[in-house]
Amino acid sequence: MRARNTFVGAAFALLAGGMAHSAMAQDIKIGEINSYSLLPAFTDPYRKGWQLAVEEVNAAGGINGKKLVVISKDDGGKPADAQTAANELVSSEGVAMLAGTFLSNIGLAVSDFANQKKVFFLAAEPLTDAVTWSKGNKYTFRLRPSNYMQAAMLVEAAAKLPAKRWATIAPNYEYGQSAVAVFKKLMSEKRPDIQWVDEQWPPQGKIDAGPVVQAVAAANPEAILNVTFGADLVKLVREGNTRGLFKGREVVSFLTGEPEYLDPLKDETPEGWIVTGYPWYSIKTPEHDAFLKAYQAKYNDYPRLGSIVGYQTIKSAAAILAKAGSSDPEKLIAAAEGLSVPSPFGEITFRKIDHQSTLGAFVGKTALKDGKGVMVDSSYKKGADYLPSDAEVGKLRPKD
Amino acid sequence: MAFYVVQFLTGLASAASLFLVASGLSIIFGVTRIVNFAHGAFYMIGAYIAFTLTERLSGAFGFWGGIVLAALAVALIGVIVEMVLLRRIYHAPELFQLLATFGLTLMVEDLVVLIWGPDDLVGRRAPGFKGAIDFFGQNIPSYDLFLIVLGPVVLGILWLLFQRTRWGVLVRAATQDRDMVAALGVNQKWLFTSVFAVGVFLAALGGALQIPRDAVHHAMDLRIIVEVFVVVVIGGLGSIIGAFVAAVLVSELNAFGILIFPKISIILVFLVMAAVLIVRPWGLFGKPEAPARKTPGLTVNPWRPLTSNERLAALAALVIAATLPLFAGNYALTVGSEIAIFVIFAVSLHFLMSVGGLASFGHAAYFGLGAYGVAFLAKMAGLPMIVCLLLGPLLGCMGAAVFGFFAVQLSGVYFAMLTLAFAQIVWSIAFQWVSVTGGDNGILGVWPEKWAASPSHFYWLALGVAALVTIALRAMVFSPFGYALRATRDSLLRSEAIGINAKRIQWTAFVIAGTTAGIGGALFAYLKGSVFPDNLGISLSVDALVMVLLGGVETVSGAVIGAIVYKALNIWLVSQTDLSKLVLGGFIVLIVVVFPKGIVGMLETLAQRRRKSSPPGSPLLAKPIESAE
Repeated sequence: MRARNTFVGAAFALLAGGMAHSAMAQDIKIGEINSYSLLPAFTDPYRKGWQLAVEEVNAAGGINGKKLVVISKDDGGKPADAQTAANELVSSEGVAMLAGTFLSNIGLAVSDFANQKKVFFLAAEPLTDAVTWSKGNKYTFRLRPSNYMQAAMLVEAAAKLPAKRWATIAPNYEYGQSAVAVFKKLMSEKRPDIQWVDEQWPPQGKIDAGPVVQAVAAANPEAILNVTFGADLVKLVREGNTRGLFKGREVVSFLTGEPEYLDPLKDETPEGWIVTGYPWYSIKTPEHDAFLKAYQAKYNDYPRLGSIVGYQTIKSAAAILAKAGSSDPEKLIAAAEGLSVPSPFGEITFRKIDHQSTLGAFVGKTALKDGKGVMVDSSYKKGADYLPSDAEVGKLRPKD
Repeated sequence: MAFYVVQFLTGLASAASLFLVASGLSIIFGVTRIVNFAHGAFYMIGAYIAFTLTERLSGAFGFWGGIVLAALAVALIGVIVEMVLLRRIYHAPELFQLLATFGLTLMVEDLVVLIWGPDDLVGRRAPGFKGAIDFFGQNIPSYDLFLIVLGPVVLGILWLLFQRTRWGVLVRAATQDRDMVAALGVNQKWLFTSVFAVGVFLAALGGALQIPRDAVHHAMDLRIIVEVFVVVVIGGLGSIIGAFVAAVLVSELNAFGILIFPKISIILVFLVMAAVLIVRPWGLFGKPEAPARKTPGLTVNPWRPLTSNERLAALAALVIAATLPLFAGNYALTVGSEIAIFVIFAVSLHFLMSVGGLASFGHAAYFGLGAYGVAFLAKMAGLPMIVCLLLGPLLGCMGAAVFGFFAVQLSGVYFAMLTLAFAQIVWSIAFQWVSVTGGDNGILGVWPEKWAASPSHFYWLALGVAALVTIALRAMVFSPFGYALRATRDSLLRSEAIGINAKRIQWTAFVIAGTTAGIGGALFAYLKGSVFPDNLGISLSVDALVMVLLGGVETVSGAVIGAIVYKALNIWLVSQTDLSKLVLGGFIVLIVVVFPKGIVGMLETLAQRRRKSSPPGSPLLAKPIESAE
């Protein structure tokens, strides 16, 4: 009976191999990977963002006259599948570089793949500091402000609060753990007088919000750090509102100001939380206006943070490819290091020292307006201002 | 003090929604013996439809009416699913229905995003239950109080239904002995359909009632399904009261556990389940399963070793597969390696499941342990690749030896759930022990050495190992040990009566299967160059089950074919379409309907039928065929 099965395998393999060639000589291809089926709430606007960027790049003449093509693959939220996709993109589609990914572990898996196979990789979203620091490698660059940077931005605002007793609520995986660790470290440096009175670690996606809220309230903190997002955040906010957890307490929260996570809360949006996010409605810069106009004209919808990330990933990639004038990975690295590109948030630079971009984030407060959650009093924090000194970064990053 | 009371009440409220869903699953399993993987999907559809209805209909009546209507609508969907799909496969091998419901679940996950969009939806609060009640300075949401009351009320209604109506008597009778119920002339078809409808109704109601507390999104099903299975098993399958007690137990332990160990909720239910099953093998309120009455061997084509022609054909296929690097590109070769590794994984589960009759729901644990074994040896001890490949699987072997010892004390679904619990415990160790395993971010940089680094060399390595493993396990099936193992599967009582030490045989089989899975995992670590907790996760265990079932659980070579078809299709679909889950799920459902014995099972049946229809003794039949030719 082995006979039949191996034939099927061979047939499929042939099929897959047969699709390898169709690279048009005049196109420049970027291989893009993201968790489309697992995280549609983020990846749907993200896809719209990069599609807009591809359109704009090609309308402006492509990359040194060549047409830009993005080939996009779903990783289903699994690192192993992301590597299969990366392999397909590199081995059979012949892409010039890899880009994308959302989850930290997938970002790391693809970055390790890129290092092994010597392929340029521009990580879009994964937040873990490891991507550029402890597990950084010369082939990997990252667009979004890292965990450390966002924590530093929040700490700046949080340290000014009078609160001395702090509790933390974070999803129980690497992202939540490192966000809490960095926040605690930076916060305790600035404010040696504060106490950490409770920590809750609900499993990601499975928070049992009632008991968690109750347990935090029992520790009677003056301020709370929240790292949960998505459906967990909704449950936490709802339980917290009903049980009065947030009354008279300051809350500092990662990512909550991003439309992806803020909008579902609707009229239950808690007011006065200090958050990082993306208040697309109140950014008044020419760069952002141009982006907003183009996005709304194309999709008849407002952008989410994912749209910015998708858009800027491909825009940056195009700039790198154009400057390198080649798809040789070494030349791409040389082109990307220190490269400054315009973005809807203003000019950003890919640092030579750790391959982190200086894209920043907005920090502001949540508020309720016409039954919807918005960010007010927001200001843009430049990424470059919230990174440790070069000497420290040098210690964090392994030598290439 | 007030705090502890409130924490207790909060736990009760969580228990109520868990109980609603779990009771539905328990009833369905008790009567139809279907492991309804789609129960979470029904829960999710219930929430989605209730969201739409409660947004459209206004007022208090609109809200509560919307909740009930949603549950009824989903029950109707359940009836259609039962009549169109499940009815066709009740006579298929045990657990085959799991495959059908798994396919449905995959489809639903894509469908809800297509219909309701990708955003998380937040529904209305329940009219009249929006606020909280002050209890000595602590706030209790009034909706929680509503749920706390609702749980026992539903329990009471179900109890009355089962104790006081004719339908309930039939359901209880069928739970105890459905063959006898059928023999007494009860129309089983409608009994099953109605039970399925009630079960689905409860699941959908549980989902709909989450609207005021939760966000509605496309991953709700996975979030609840495993937990619900666990609750059902802790309580004892088919026992409604058991489900209630277990739901309360789990929720309360969680509510108080997080006060002492905040990180415990990730694993708590599995620890409880493992503890309960080791002490009480049939759950808290379950009864031992009656010994099987029918002889399974009779319905199956008797197993036989390959004839010499078939051996030559298999060898030829292997040779052809080995020539792949001559004409295929690097990507095809890497996919080929991945498929070969999954063949190893699938045949190892097949050995346990088909040959030993022990369906493991946590087989990925040993695959993942093998992978971690390699990663530890390569990264920490810096050993060469060959040594890692040889020693890495030993971690899987050790895990299987320890867990297998406890697991083989049980049988059937209880065995399956205990293996699941062990797998989850291993998973959470890998996930939480960041300093050693790297936690979620895994261990990177486990790449093969130069001699195996090129895709063609690695492909040959994987193919060679897969062939060796398949041959070895096959030889074992037809060895005295294999016969003894099959004897314990077909009749535990008779095999023990002729002096077979069943537990020891099964334990040995468990260790063999675990070690083999570890070999697959070891290769997988080198193929991917990294190891993540995913490699131990539930979804990988489910993949293995699907591969074995797809190929045909009652055949010898089903796992090989199932692995190739499923893995190749999966990789191809994910690469080609955004709706890979919808298509893959649809394909699985189709296979289930068309090939109720699995792909190989069906082919064998066809081959046998052909053999039977033209025996030498029927020249009358043979002649017209000849003349027609």
